[in-house]
Amino acid sequence: MIQIKDLHKSYKMGSNSLHVLKGIDFNVEDGELVAIMGSSGSGKSTLLNILGMLDNADTGDYILDGVPIKNLNETKAAQYRNKFLGFIFQSFNLINYKTAAENVALPLYYQKVGRKERQEKALKYLEQVGLKEWATHLPSELSGGQKQRVAIARAMAAEPKVLLADEPTGALDSKTSYEVMDLIQKINDAGNTILVVTHEPDIADMCKRIVHLRDGVIVEDKKVEQVRAQQYV
Amino acid sequence: MFDLDRWKEIFDAILKNKLRTFLTGLSVASGIFILVILLGFGQGMHNGIAKEFSNDSANRIFVWTWRTTKEHKGLNPGRRIVMNNENAAYIEKAFGEYLDAKSPLLRVQTTSITYGKETLGYRVQGVGPDYQPIENEFMSEGRFLSEKDMAERAKVAVLSNKMKREVFKKDDEPLGKFIKISGVPFKIIGFYGDPGGDQEEQRIYIPFTTAQIVFNGSDTVNNLAYNLKPQATFDETVKASMEFSENLKTYLKQVHMVAPEDEGAIRVFNTLEQAKRFHNLTGGIKLFFWFVGICTIVAGVVGVSNIMLIVVKERTKEIGVRKALGAKPWSIVAMIVQEAVFVTAVSGFGGLIFSMGLLELVGPNIEVDYILNPSVNFQVAITTVFLLIGAGVLAGFFPAWRAARMSTIDALRDE
Ligand SMILES: Nc1ncnc2c1ncn2[C@@H]1O[C@H](COP(=O)(O)OP(=O)(O)O)[C@@H](O)[C@H]1O
Ligand SMILES: [Mg+2]
Repeated sequence: MIQIKDLHKSYKMGSNSLHVLKGIDFNVEDGELVAIMGSSGSGKSTLLNILGMLDNADTGDYILDGVPIKNLNETKAAQYRNKFLGFIFQSFNLINYKTAAENVALPLYYQKVGRKERQEKALKYLEQVGLKEWATHLPSELSGGQKQRVAIARAMAAEPKVLLADEPTGALDSKTSYEVMDLIQKINDAGNTILVVTHEPDIADMCKRIVHLRDGVIVEDKKVEQVRAQQYV
Repeated sequence: MFDLDRWKEIFDAILKNKLRTFLTGLSVASGIFILVILLGFGQGMHNGIAKEFSNDSANRIFVWTWRTTKEHKGLNPGRRIVMNNENAAYIEKAFGEYLDAKSPLLRVQTTSITYGKETLGYRVQGVGPDYQPIENEFMSEGRFLSEKDMAERAKVAVLSNKMKREVFKKDDEPLGKFIKISGVPFKIIGFYGDPGGDQEEQRIYIPFTTAQIVFNGSDTVNNLAYNLKPQATFDETVKASMEFSENLKTYLKQVHMVAPEDEGAIRVFNTLEQAKRFHNLTGGIKLFFWFVGICTIVAGVVGVSNIMLIVVKERTKEIGVRKALGAKPWSIVAMIVQEAVFVTAVSGFGGLIFSMGLLELVGPNIEVDYILNPSVNFQVAITTVFLLIGAGVLAGFFPAWRAARMSTIDALRDE
């Protein structure tokens, strides 16, 4: 599903340049649930953003579902994101003046799905995350865990090939974190490919594979026995 | 443009951000409102002054002569200039297209005016038939002087209502009776009245030709009086009137060998001169109103731009989210611009309709001197609204374009 070869990324900071990713080689198969771990500042988000086409690598190859991702302009990138990717952010990034259902329906709007179908799908995915009865509520009326579940429903609604989650539980307490992970595991069980950035070992253990980043390179990449979040909920 | 879903998105954004919509709308609507009201009153003043001076006697021109004040072609100053029949005939022929009514005037030097045994203390003037409309005289009895009287040099006289009251007893039927002017009998053919009242009813009118023959024996003309044809608009009337005045002066100065810069010898009184001064004043006021109005509009545009800048800034993160979810940069620009256009258009037309309605309602009821029926040129108003909408597009476009081009990740990081 994802193939990365010798990926480099550095940030210019005035005259200095900060080399964040120093040659990443990395493949992800269809249906995997991968945790990307590493200490703060190790380049996890940078990697995920490049995978999400939110940011560009300096050098290296990136192939997503057989499509080489290279020299994309914003329009093309937006099209690919819409078609291939779903995002889950640490800070949820819901649009505050839209209801839960409208937020979930938004990626479908950009897929040019009809209004009625958008509403139906939004409700279906809200139901999957257990928030059907919250459909007409604004984000400000939801708890953190609920917000993240709405965000997950939104990421799912576009039916992407890959879900990218950057510290999805970073802003949540541990019980809520496990609920969110439980949801992510179930989505993965259904066959979706998911990458989760985290620096919490217990969250990483709930994935099927852990990739360790340190100083811009992968220092460890191992498959693990998945801990089911269900038991903690 | 007509993408129902996008409109739905825009209405959502508008409805859920009432304050910013209201502020944008308010600055546009008030700009238009102030402009329309100012322009309306500018026009109202213009109308008022045009009316004040468009009474029928308003475009009257009176010419008389006096002594020269400057040496010219070897002729000494202090020379008395006297107009004659030839001058009157030439002006009629050369400038006939301007003229509605024309009459020469000769002041008759009388030794006495008597009716029976009674002596009357009035002035006698020889005038033409057109002198009636020029002086605005209305006939109460009988008739005014006619062309026939002029041609026949008839010994007829038109007296005023004041004279009738003062001289003739109630039982006396004066029409057809005779008065004697310097001993010459004149038949009374009519009584006139003047809107100016008693002071304006001191003159006895006799035919100009008769006056020249009987009392003067020469071709002297004391005054020339004209009414000018009204033109399509007040401005054109003023223009024609000034033109005629100038041409007339130039001609008379030439034939009487008066220096062109000598303002003493040939005197022209043009009732529109004063109107013109007022007219220029309203022109200035109108210009000032335009200036203020345009400043208001500019302030409105700046206001809209500022609000749009803030709006876009506020929505940077939302724009990032939308882009992460697959919004193309152009759709972001279109969304923001369309919102700006919609808000400016609705509030612009709102302000337009409100202010024009107000003018329409209040305008005709305003009873202030020199303000009449303030109204505004619809074309001008509508153009202004479109100008504002255009400004709204630009005001929305630039920040939107910047935000749309900003990298998605930077937009998402915005707090
Ligand atoms: N836009 C940027 N400009 C400059 N430096 C950046 C930028 N984004 C990230 N960095 C730097 O790159 C390094 C890696 O950041 P990041 O990928 O966010 O780390 P992590 O998510 O693993 O905590 C950090 O040192 C961070 O300060
Ligand atoms: Mg990070």
